[in-house]
Amino acid sequence: MSSIAVRATAPGRPAPSRRGEWRIHVILVVAAALMVVPFVWEILASFKTNAEVSSLPPTILPEQPSVRGYATFFDSVPFWAQFGVSAASLVMRVVGQVLVAALAGYAFARLRFPGRNLLFVIFLLMLMVPSQLFLLGQFEIIRDVGLLNTIPALAIPGIFSAFGTFLMRQAFITMPREYEEAARLDGAGPVRTFWSVMLPMARPTVAALAVLTSLYSWNDLLWPLIVTPTGDARPLPVGLASMQGQFGTDYPALMAGALICTVPLVLVFLFLQRQFFAGIASSGLKG
Amino acid sequence: MSTQTREPVRSAKRRRTGVSNRTDWWALVMIAPATIGLAVLYLWPFASTFLTSFMNVPAFGPGQFTGLDNYARLLTDGDFWRALRNSGLYTGLVLLGIPIAIVLAALIQQVSRGRAIYRVLFFLPVVTLPVAVGMVWRFILNGDFGLFNWALSLFGIPGQYWVADDRFTIYAFAAVGIWMTLGINLIILGAGLQSIPMDLYEASSLDGAGRIRQFFSITLPLLSPTIFFVMILSVISALQMFDLVFVMLGSINNTAIDGSKTIVYLFYEAGFVQFRQGDAAAIAMVLLIIIMAATAVQFRLQKKWVVYE
Repeated sequence: MSSIAVRATAPGRPAPSRRGEWRIHVILVVAAALMVVPFVWEILASFKTNAEVSSLPPTILPEQPSVRGYATFFDSVPFWAQFGVSAASLVMRVVGQVLVAALAGYAFARLRFPGRNLLFVIFLLMLMVPSQLFLLGQFEIIRDVGLLNTIPALAIPGIFSAFGTFLMRQAFITMPREYEEAARLDGAGPVRTFWSVMLPMARPTVAALAVLTSLYSWNDLLWPLIVTPTGDARPLPVGLASMQGQFGTDYPALMAGALICTVPLVLVFLFLQRQFFAGIASSGLKG
Repeated sequence: MSTQTREPVRSAKRRRTGVSNRTDWWALVMIAPATIGLAVLYLWPFASTFLTSFMNVPAFGPGQFTGLDNYARLLTDGDFWRALRNSGLYTGLVLLGIPIAIVLAALIQQVSRGRAIYRVLFFLPVVTLPVAVGMVWRFILNGDFGLFNWALSLFGIPGQYWVADDRFTIYAFAAVGIWMTLGINLIILGAGLQSIPMDLYEASSLDGAGRIRQFFSITLPLLSPTIFFVMILSVISALQMFDLVFVMLGSINNTAIDGSKTIVYLFYEAGFVQFRQGDAAAIAMVLLIIIMAATAVQFRLQKKWVVYE
């Protein structure tokens, strides 16, 4: 604690171990460059011609910069429709999951009801089961209610999340009870207390959960592949993968497509870095 | 008697926590959506997968219980063993990314400027569409004109058909897998590093310990619970790898796919391409058992190396 205070009050004074810092920067810059090379290569290739990307030795900058790759991508993939599907299913899933998980998390954290602990244990157990164990049954349900090839099919299973419930419960359980008591003394009922007092206080957790869920929703491939075998409700990952099946060797077009489909979430990430890091730190769970 | 003694305690507790009887009913309303959703979309499918794994389900019509037939068929299926080997190899190789992440996290922690930029750069692959990641790396690892083979040739190393020869595909997936998950591991390990008290470093440097010494005798032991957590998560997610196989080989009719399938790819193919639901369910159950076993083994082994204060 004291060392943090020292660092905060004397930011200009370098710690003794900071002298050789440039050496660390050399390592980190090299490592970061290796991380970024694929992106740079993707961008450069997207502006090259098909002949140029397959030439040896490879050229670095495009010799005759061309946007044909982008034109091919937009001609062959209904990008805006698929973007719309991805965005709509993301919003549906995120809003739904945050609401459902916050309500249940609050009840688990604060309210008493018979079977609470048993139910919570069941939620925790579900947390440990890999998602593939649910896919066959979820597919049958979605098919039987006639939702195949629709946007709700993409979003619905993800709305219900044992992980989200668990995360929200942890957020509520650490909050001081005084706020709720004050709210009740002011005449607020449980719903009002939850909605106007507790949920706003849980905003950092809500943000982390929303961002994490967005990441899964935007990136997911397997479930969309299963529930949108044909039709117009294909999200970007499925559209991009099927474009690759069609234009397997047109690398400039493939790179252009990969780039365009990547940009939206990267932009969101650049604006909400803290929430992304908090979300990942709170779970690290993939899928 | 016992209820008589318990009741007053319970109501006293209730008064103290200020939760009235009326709130209990609200709790049921609040918890209903999550519980119904979990029951219908998770518990039931889980039970159904479990039962289906013992059944022969034709494309149309009801299934028939066939006992352990599906499992027996799996165990004599070369493709299944190949997939187990592929997933196991991939998981083992991806774990090699953890030491890299530990070193990088510790280095980022050491610098006074540029931390935020490094974090963002290392995190970019995490927010990149995995399908796009697979496509870009398929291009870079191309055997004829890929950037990677060209870079190897500068050092006189002969190139390979990394994504067209099934002797190499798993290694290619693993390299991409490490690249994709490095950012996640860095963030989790970074959070772990933050919780190590600075005084320990100050005290040890007064005692004359250098940075390398500090890394091994302070950072690693105190970070070991976080490293353990990262390992558990990495193994679980690596055993479920599907996207890279599908994107780098599966969607483009690459002949190397036959020797490169992972467990979840096999599951997808059986369940949703060939509609052999019984086999798919059995594969999923085996995956569950493998993941539980791998996690249990790691929990066993942690006593040997994880340091708890």
